[in-house]
Amino acid sequence: MGNRTIVPFGPQHPVLPEPIHLDLVLEDETVVEAIPRIGYIHRGLEKLVEKRDYQQYCYVAERICGICSFMHGMGYCMSIERIMDVEVPERGEFLRTIWAELSRLHSHLLWLGLLADAFGFESLFMQSWKLREQVLDIFEETTGGRVIFSVCDIGGVRKDISSETLMKIRTVLTEMEKELKETTSVFINDTTVKLRTKGVGVLTKQMAFDLGAVGPMARASGIEMDMRTQGYSAYGKLDFKPITNDGGDCYARTRVRIKEMFQSIDLIRQCIDKIPGGDINVKVKGTPNGEQFIRLEQPRGEVVYYTKANGTKFLDRVRVRTPTFANLPALLETLKNCSLADVPILILTIDPCISCTER
Amino acid sequence: MKEQILKEISPNDLLTEIMKIKNDGYRLVAISCTNKNGMELTYSFDKDYELLNIRLITDTETELPSISILYPYSFLYENEIKELFGVKITGIIPDFNDNLYKIPVKTPFGVNE
Repeated sequence: MGNRTIVPFGPQHPVLPEPIHLDLVLEDETVVEAIPRIGYIHRGLEKLVEKRDYQQYCYVAERICGICSFMHGMGYCMSIERIMDVEVPERGEFLRTIWAELSRLHSHLLWLGLLADAFGFESLFMQSWKLREQVLDIFEETTGGRVIFSVCDIGGVRKDISSETLMKIRTVLTEMEKELKETTSVFINDTTVKLRTKGVGVLTKQMAFDLGAVGPMARASGIEMDMRTQGYSAYGKLDFKPITNDGGDCYARTRVRIKEMFQSIDLIRQCIDKIPGGDINVKVKGTPNGEQFIRLEQPRGEVVYYTKANGTKFLDRVRVRTPTFANLPALLETLKNCSLADVPILILTIDPCISCTER
Repeated sequence: MKEQILKEISPNDLLTEIMKIKNDGYRLVAISCTNKNGMELTYSFDKDYELLNIRLITDTETELPSISILYPYSFLYENEIKELFGVKITGIIPDFNDNLYKIPVKTPFGVNE
């Protein structure tokens, strides 16, 4: 047995945009165990439902996270709509899907940049974030916001996108796709990137299932699970298949996310081609009574929204199970037996979102 | 979306029910706690996109067994519920003893705080 030491990792660390603490138990340079501590940015947002009515809570749900902000709002609205039996107009559903896929695209680009930054490939980091800026510009033009959009509402969406703007988005994405191919080919083919990611943090298919992994983390281990296939919003009218990879390592997780970006561009194009005319929302009257579980596919994986209403304007409970929360056990397991130098890359490849996790 | 099933059980039957679900090949999706008229715990499972919810009502005085011996990754949900809601869940592996969250205020949180 080698020398055992405990190395604290975080809560502040160059590769972490958000705080999480891990006690890494090392035997020489190898991790034997990782013990997590969270709560540095716990804001009690679930409990806030006792003080904000069910319509005001839309704005709170969007603020759970700055990256998947739109999809948090969408998940919450869907759960209330299901309880109140509200049918969102088709155009509203298509607009939600466009913004949701743009969110996935910008989230994956952000993650690619952070990964490049983690292994010191600064030009690749800047290139990824340069592409992400174009997505943020689309958000700004269509919603008025770059981080929090406040366009999702119970009953539909608050803003429409004109045909001209939709065509412009199409053009921007076509141009971006070319640049994206160039940038992502470096992540796929570069020797130094492969050396840092191939064979690192292997999560087998069985391990991924046994540890409850979700999203790209599970799909990169060969599990074909994607909530979008259940056809919520406009996904039932679009043609796509979940992207999987059997590698299970950091390289496989990178490849899955890269393919998902191209898939998102394709889905947005399909939406632009198929979007019908008509209303974008319906007026919602009354107060919700009942409970509902809603599951969506966020950039990091399956998110669960549980909402319980009592017939008044204040809900009994909103509970959000975020994808990073579900992926933490798998992360802790893959950290075992990895080298200390690989820990930052491995943590990044689950694409952790601590704001979501702690709420 | 596929239908959601909700089954109510007694706290005494928890491990037996979870064992059956585990043997049927379900994945644990979430454990949720609602603090209204007692502690309402809902264990959600998924198999082929079908959501199965197991519900029980308990309180902060009664001990409830952990399901981490059957679903090892339930430890985060259980530690969270124990720490933030004060439900006495016993035998969690690993048990963080109310130290999973680094919160400067006292937990568990009450309804009217």
